[in-house]
Amino acid sequence: MDQGNGSEILLKATKINKSFGNFIANKDIDISITKGQIHALLGENGAGKSTLVKIFYGVLQPDSGSIEINNHKMVITSPNIARKNGIGMVFQHFSLFPALTVAENILIALDNKIKLNKVVDQITNLSKEWELFVDPFKLVSELSVGEKQRVEIIRCLMQNPNLLIMDEPTSVLTPQEIINLFRILKRLASSGCSILYISHKLEEIIELADEVTILKSGKSIATIDAKKTTTKFLAETMVGKKITELRKNIKKRSTTNIAFELKNLNKQKDHEFGISLKNINLQVNYGEILGVAGIAGNGQVELMEILSGEINCEYNNQILLDNSPIGKTNINERRKLGIETVPEERTFHATVPNLTLNENTFLTYFFKYNNTKSWISNLLNNPQNSLDECEKIIKTNDVRCPETNPLASQLSGGNLQKFILGRSLANKPKVAIFSQPTWGVDIGAATTIRQKLLDLSQSGKAVILISQDLEEIFELSDKIAVINQGVLSQIFRVNDITAADVGLLMGGKSIKKKKMETVK
Amino acid sequence: MEALILTIIATSIPLLLAATGELIAEKSGVLNLGVEGMMLSGAVGALGTVLWLENPYYGIVAGALSGMLMASIFSIFTINFMTNQVATGLGLTIFATGLTGLAGAPLVGKTIPSLPKIEIFLLSDIPIFGSILFKQDFVAYLSIAIIIFISFFLKYSKSGIILRAVGDDHQSAHSVGYPVKKIRWYATCFGGMCAGIGGAYIPLVLTPHWSEGMTAGRGWIALALVVFASWIPWRIIVGALIFGGITIAQLVGQARGWPIPSQLLSMMPYIATIIALTMISGRLSKNNSVVPSSLGRPFFGSQ
Amino acid sequence: MITFVPREKISKNWIFIAPILSIVFTIFFGLLIFTFLGYNPIETLYQIFVSPFSRIDRISDILVKACPLIIIGTGLMLCFKSNVWNIGAEGQFIMGALLAGFIALSFPNIETKFFLLITLITGFIGGALWAFIPAILKTKLNVNEILVSLMLVYVAMLFIDFIVRGPLRDPMSFGFPLSKPYPEGALINKIPFPGIGFLGQLHYGILFVVLLIPVAWIFVNKTLGGFKINVLGSAPQAAKFAGFSQNSITLTVLLLSGGLAGVAGVIEVSANIGQLQPEVSFGYGFTAIIVAFLGRLNPLGILFAGIIIATVKLGADNAQMTMGIPKVVTGLFEGILLFFLLTGETLQKYKIKWSERKYKWKL
Repeated sequence: MDQGNGSEILLKATKINKSFGNFIANKDIDISITKGQIHALLGENGAGKSTLVKIFYGVLQPDSGSIEINNHKMVITSPNIARKNGIGMVFQHFSLFPALTVAENILIALDNKIKLNKVVDQITNLSKEWELFVDPFKLVSELSVGEKQRVEIIRCLMQNPNLLIMDEPTSVLTPQEIINLFRILKRLASSGCSILYISHKLEEIIELADEVTILKSGKSIATIDAKKTTTKFLAETMVGKKITELRKNIKKRSTTNIAFELKNLNKQKDHEFGISLKNINLQVNYGEILGVAGIAGNGQVELMEILSGEINCEYNNQILLDNSPIGKTNINERRKLGIETVPEERTFHATVPNLTLNENTFLTYFFKYNNTKSWISNLLNNPQNSLDECEKIIKTNDVRCPETNPLASQLSGGNLQKFILGRSLANKPKVAIFSQPTWGVDIGAATTIRQKLLDLSQSGKAVILISQDLEEIFELSDKIAVINQGVLSQIFRVNDITAADVGLLMGGKSIKKKKMETVK
Repeated sequence: MEALILTIIATSIPLLLAATGELIAEKSGVLNLGVEGMMLSGAVGALGTVLWLENPYYGIVAGALSGMLMASIFSIFTINFMTNQVATGLGLTIFATGLTGLAGAPLVGKTIPSLPKIEIFLLSDIPIFGSILFKQDFVAYLSIAIIIFISFFLKYSKSGIILRAVGDDHQSAHSVGYPVKKIRWYATCFGGMCAGIGGAYIPLVLTPHWSEGMTAGRGWIALALVVFASWIPWRIIVGALIFGGITIAQLVGQARGWPIPSQLLSMMPYIATIIALTMISGRLSKNNSVVPSSLGRPFFGSQ
Repeated sequence: MITFVPREKISKNWIFIAPILSIVFTIFFGLLIFTFLGYNPIETLYQIFVSPFSRIDRISDILVKACPLIIIGTGLMLCFKSNVWNIGAEGQFIMGALLAGFIALSFPNIETKFFLLITLITGFIGGALWAFIPAILKTKLNVNEILVSLMLVYVAMLFIDFIVRGPLRDPMSFGFPLSKPYPEGALINKIPFPGIGFLGQLHYGILFVVLLIPVAWIFVNKTLGGFKINVLGSAPQAAKFAGFSQNSITLTVLLLSGGLAGVAGVIEVSANIGQLQPEVSFGYGFTAIIVAFLGRLNPLGILFAGIIIATVKLGADNAQMTMGIPKVVTGLFEGILLFFLLTGETLQKYKIKWSERKYKWKL
């Protein structure tokens, strides 16, 4: 704990403990934040970062421990109390109400009595002062992710906070928006407001923070000066072991044979909050990875439904596999043709949480046991049939199970994702399509998963990777396209485009670039 | 003609009240399928109380309290014990049918005095118009007042916005610091109160004696009315009047000896409900922002 | 203050404990209400729960009453498992009985019992057609199946009333709203026991239940169809990912449950009434909802649940005759039972934790 620099301590927490059932989320955590400081909280998924800040904001109650604000002991029993004490929070998944307008959203988070039109005035003033432009009369459901974040920040600023907590704010922003956000945060800090900044991105922390506390498995393992450290040191402290680098085969087997193609695809949105896909063209060759970058909610889900075959195309020739039209085939016909998809949602979409792994294997394998000649065994086609296949998937993919054949819900995120990926790969696909494959999994599992994607392309298969993690896109892809508002950009070779350009495209701006010469 | 319109209005008031109450509950994210049961309890509560105290106004209070009692049973299970709302609502209606049958048994064959009409000074003397709008009973005025209040409450008051927020995304409402469960309790009980008064209106004005299951599906029609109104309060008035009209039309038809069997005429309100739901559902599935997003989903608290 | 903490592991014994605890709690609260309303609790308890077992013919009457409940409950199980809320089984029951009755009365002289096969199939079709209305509206236009199926109950009740008082009324019925009696071929006989004779009303319709339960068990647990229903009910998105069509599953379960309710209607009328009358159901379609839940959406469970609920129904009949308690009172028990069963489902997933109330919310 550094009190030596003489600055006043705003918030001091000692021995915070919190557990959910048997799971210990926070264990004896000590942390102190000085006034005007940008304090980063670093840790892997599940390290206990979100739990800790939810305790500070009064959403959760600690099992034990004490919190002092300005040297006064506080029991923060609700967010209202937190706000009264000058604590504001911007949530990772936002705490906004889509069916309400921006002004209504802000009004209900204010504790004082105030009229709606007064709120509108204040929003206009604040958004001018801080360059956070939003239309107070728009419904939140109509806003982009970046705009939603601005609404949350304005909502906090309305209360003149002393401490602003930000939970993974950059995961939904373009690089340009991130620069903008950092400018605002630094300006806030210099005006005396402390910032508790949660992230698992190391460069950001080094760039932004004054001090960083590292959490691991619910414990605080180090508090260090962010200005005097390196990303490498942070990474190794956070993970607790050396991080294995990806094995990249320099000599790739990238071919010029087009494996999978999408032609002039249009799809009207089928519900109000959806995104319409507009004239999408895309092709991927055998032996390469095509990365589709973009901020969540720009049509990735809709694109994935079309690619997987959960929804059919209007015309059969809008999707070509090896030059033959398959646009009207359903998802199981595509599996038989060698196209495998891994959707973004691990539970409730890729798997059924309250079914066993065996049953979840059967979920995408049932048709394989269907072509027997005896009608009686065909009639009695049930999950028993997939027991062997399931065991094989578990073994070859190092899926760690708490018991034999557990429920899908009993697996950790990383292990479940390994199972899902393994289940797809066991089908030996020619074309594999992944959406956000490492979203929310720990670094170890993420590395394994990325390695599998690389290996797949290096063995000559075509891979499409839809991801909002730019780092991941650049690390794995041979070619990159960007999706924004349902429109897919042209496809660039990875060496022809910079992260900044991709960022511009993600934000809907156009860039001047020489068009990639057509590969023939 | 005038008498006909008055009967239509009287028939639509129970629907109007029950649907308004349910609208508030649904706006907070609670789907209470027990409206039929709450109305029955309101009816039997009102009947018993009026027989005992011999003042129809106490019947309104008793109806409201009975409805609220039923709503609190529903709230305990769905909100606190997080049970499935559809099944619990069904259970509530089944439970209330049994309970009111038991409680109503001693009341069979007894008749209660009707709720008096209140004439509003001068206004009620306007020809035709006056007696329709300004010569109604207390509950009729009350139900219009409730609709107007609800419209403004939901749109302009902070509490109303909070209520909608809870129905829109309960997790966010919790994160912002609102007591989701408590707000839902209030909304459900308000719904129960309205349904109870609506149920009480049936013996107080329409048929002044008890018979088992005397609400005859009005609670279910009220549920359909909320969908029909796309969760917009004033549209409930339109819907309730249409259904009142259909109900009366079939009664008139039976009285005047239309050449259609009476049973087929009696089916009309139910068939009309199905048609209305069908017409509105096609539009709703495209424009789903009017349906409260958290509707029917239990809130587990945060972790 | 009570809070709920998720269980790490779902307790297996709880599957059996929960229904038993629910029944105990229900009896307790039911008696409380009876005492409050001025009835003798012990006497009520005896009449409702013990008297149905007092004679062997009464026990067989339990089976007779349980028969339609189990058949309908099994159909509803398929719906509820796939998250489709068919609550109009009562109407499907009536329409099944009505359509089969129409066929039966069209052949007034038929004697062969093979004719029963035709009436049963007709009954299935009748019930399925009635369920087809909510099914098609739900799958094509996304209309709420709860309200539609329920509205159709009222329509079916009025319709059978109209038919029995009108087109199908027996001119010889002295003004009573009754159809002609069914021909011999459309009647289900009582089972004769050598040396004893008949046991109450016990009839051959029971055989259908004996057949249905194992078939239903195999369908749910050992076939792709059962798996599809399970997946759709737990995770509709995952069903899409597996390539199962939500619409065709919804359609299938509604038609199956409607059809089974129709068959139950045929059996009930053919075995116990022998002709059509305005009232054929006595609420079996609604009671079967409770049976499906009490049986924990499992065919074997539904078998036991049907018997338990039938006992209470018969007991309530006895209580009405001896104590003058209206028999709708069974609804009271059914409602409370459903509340506790649903609570049991929550407690299967969550543990209760008592914690001190540290603060009060302010609005």
